[in-house]
Amino acid sequence: MSSQQPQSEYQPSIKVTALREGTVIDHLVAGTALKVLAILGIEFEGAVTIGLNLESSKMKQKDIIKIERREVTPEEVAKIALVSPRASFSIIREFQVVEKFQPTPPEIIENLIRCPNPSCISNEDRVETKFRVVRIDPLHIRCHYCERSLRKGEVVLL
Amino acid sequence: MSTQADDLLAFAERDLISMRDVSRDEINAFLDMAERFESLTQPVLQGKVLGSLFFEPSTRTRLSFSAAMQRLGGSVVGFADAKVSSTAKGESLHDSIRVVENYCDIILIRHPREGAARLAAESTRLPVINAGDGTNQHPTQTLLDLYTIRKTRGRLDNLKIAFIGDLKYSRTVHSLIETLTHFDNELFLVSPQSLRMPPDFIDELDTRGTVYTEDEDFFSIASDVDVIYTTRIQEERFPDPVEYEKVKNAYRIDRAAIERIGAEVTLLHPLPRLNEISTDLDDYPGSAYFDQARNGLTVRKAVLSLLLGVKF
Ligand SMILES: [Zn+2]
Repeated sequence: MSSQQPQSEYQPSIKVTALREGTVIDHLVAGTALKVLAILGIEFEGAVTIGLNLESSKMKQKDIIKIERREVTPEEVAKIALVSPRASFSIIREFQVVEKFQPTPPEIIENLIRCPNPSCISNEDRVETKFRVVRIDPLHIRCHYCERSLRKGEVVLL
Repeated sequence: MSTQADDLLAFAERDLISMRDVSRDEINAFLDMAERFESLTQPVLQGKVLGSLFFEPSTRTRLSFSAAMQRLGGSVVGFADAKVSSTAKGESLHDSIRVVENYCDIILIRHPREGAARLAAESTRLPVINAGDGTNQHPTQTLLDLYTIRKTRGRLDNLKIAFIGDLKYSRTVHSLIETLTHFDNELFLVSPQSLRMPPDFIDELDTRGTVYTEDEDFFSIASDVDVIYTTRIQEERFPDPVEYEKVKNAYRIDRAAIERIGAEVTLLHPLPRLNEISTDLDDYPGSAYFDQARNGLTVRKAVLSLLLGVKF
């Protein structure tokens, strides 16, 4: 889909060429990079470079994360999409972008989010949480159990 | 073109958890079928057992379902209050359902937590009916409201329908309004400022293109209104008792108010009422709130039969 985007867009800000193995997560909504890092956890072997509020031709301001020697799992991509639906991922091996993709908006989100409704049965019984995506951007999802609507900013990741 | 039978196939032998799962065609086909239960006297549910699990008390709903089951020749097992069930001993809902499914053919569940009926349905292969899950859904209430509107006005489209009172917390109103977005009507939402429809539901009306107005004044509703649906305004919603007294009286409907509106209007209320509808309206020709209870029985007979796959 977006695989033909010019790869040079982030180069003036971050030396992506220096990345031998790893992942570049670009076009993050400005201010979300730290949330994305929280999703990825903090146990990284390699260097992590974070750019906040960088100028972007597409989105005015964006965040960007570059992680050495770490690739992202589909589950992580799904979580990141909830925080920043237009994020783009570049997988780098031997200095080459071997894969570039954007997350496909899921129809159902399972076991990624906790329902913030304290009276929802999913918070009591041993239930795997499940949400239906009404709209991905701006985010609007509905709990499969209590049917409560959740919007951007109300989402609590598990 | 789908036939009526096709429309109901999707409904039969599955669960009734949420009106969000039911399409416009299914609603129409269901209401057509329900009409036949008004006069049905054969014991079509003979030998069938309803497992009636009330994890919180709701006497009216429980009696209505029990009567529906027994009038059609079926029987009922279950409990009326969670205090006597093993949930009180900490058993999970999933386990409770797995036990009860051995004793019955269909399960009815009332539960204080939202989503409990959905979870119950996922725990068993038996059909499950939601008799109210917290503030979320109570689909047979919505079906009986639709049934009553159609019966009194002859249609579910091209109506002017006013909702009066607590539009913020009323599950009944939320579910009925949301279901009415399948149809083409004009809605009047009349409530005190502090009890307005939550933004999520207003959003949904906008998305679905439903025509509506919001107002605090009862007399803002059109003079050719077809249906007025009133709800209880509960005192506990108001931290200030003086504020409650003001609001309570501002949304009280009596004969004089209805005559000032002028229209021949259908009056609905999910009951029990406090003083929202004056008793001087009880013999008003359009008062249908007691009919709602009878229609509830008819609708529940139809739901039980349909989900049990009974042919008639
Ligand atoms: Zn929930």
